[in-house]
Amino acid sequence: MTQVIIMLAVGLIAGIAGAILGLGGGIIITPVLTLAMGINIKYAIGASIIAVIATSSGATIAYLRDNVLNLRVAMFLEIFTTIGAILGAILNGILSPVVLYLIFGLLLIYSGYNMIRKLRAGSEILQRVHPDPIAEKLELNSSYYDKAADKTVDYQVEHVPAGAAVMFGAGIASGLLGIGSGAFKVMALDTFMKMPLKPSTSTSNLMMGVTAAASATVYFFNGSIQPLIAVPLALGILVGATMGSRIMQILPSRWIRIIFVPIIFYIGLQMFLKGFGVNI
Amino acid sequence: MDNKDAKNAEEEKISKEMAQVEIMIGQILRIGVIISAVIMLIGFIAYGIQGSTGLPSHGAVTITAIATGLLSFKSGSVMMLGLFCLILTPVLRVVVSIYAFYVEKDSLYVWITSAVLVILLFALFIGHS
Repeated sequence: MTQVIIMLAVGLIAGIAGAILGLGGGIIITPVLTLAMGINIKYAIGASIIAVIATSSGATIAYLRDNVLNLRVAMFLEIFTTIGAILGAILNGILSPVVLYLIFGLLLIYSGYNMIRKLRAGSEILQRVHPDPIAEKLELNSSYYDKAADKTVDYQVEHVPAGAAVMFGAGIASGLLGIGSGAFKVMALDTFMKMPLKPSTSTSNLMMGVTAAASATVYFFNGSIQPLIAVPLALGILVGATMGSRIMQILPSRWIRIIFVPIIFYIGLQMFLKGFGVNI
Repeated sequence: MDNKDAKNAEEEKISKEMAQVEIMIGQILRIGVIISAVIMLIGFIAYGIQGSTGLPSHGAVTITAIATGLLSFKSGSVMMLGLFCLILTPVLRVVVSIYAFYVEKDSLYVWITSAVLVILLFALFIGHS
């Protein structure tokens, strides 16, 4: 009974945080399950996959019409992440994860540094004199209504090939290592493609659910998903993510970025050190 | 002038239609997520009453095992069904997005999103075999 209440509570918190930041919640769930509750890592990973989908779907249903996420960007980039995820699952055991840990660890640390620079610079530049031709062709430029600022923000998307490449790598990493489902996506959208933070986190939220669904059946049928762990967690997350999605819209972008920076540094450092066999 | 008015009226009609479609899609997704949550909740309450899941505690899970468990209303199988429905909700999201782009007459994105669906179904299939 105590375990159930802990699962519901952990789910609620992970759901709120995940929906605001566009992350899968693995960073909260995996340590609680493995370190605090002594659950086998195999079941923790299975629960994490379910958590990602619950966060994504919970955030989706908060509003009947989502005016923040960019559906075109999500679906175009989803081609790269899903193919990457399948390739990652196939390459499991063939490709050494060490290189991936190092590359993605460094990329996340760079992304954190880039976010600090954006915080220092104050306002963000959203309109360029020369629009990106690929983004124009794919109709990726869009606008969103910012509830905190009470205005519609028009923005342009840049460096589509770089974003697609990061998404492909992120897909491989999440298929191969089961990590970074959301952090890599926010990084690709915000750092590389220069999207504003709120559309980045909510688009990441949608995408990570679709990517996780691509690998979820593997875990579902190989026995990694324990209903007594996954179900209370998922129920807590669904409620939390619905709340988080509403909170995200009224929070100023700057605050979200301030919360994001230490988390992305932590994940990046953790991954980089894991490449050298050090677990923190 | 009349031509321009007609064009504006046409655009307005499409954007109204889009708004209706978006709300309908939002409702479909909400119902999908709520259904999976309710099934999980029922399974979970049943576990509280039955005291066991009726599933093996470790090892691979087969469709047959879940189906047999469902016939005798074993709590573990009901929870697994709920989790499986939850896994399908992002797939539902992709399917309804294809429809949204179709209504918007955006054929490029009907193709792109259909490609995502095909890759996703392929992945779901690989996962099972």
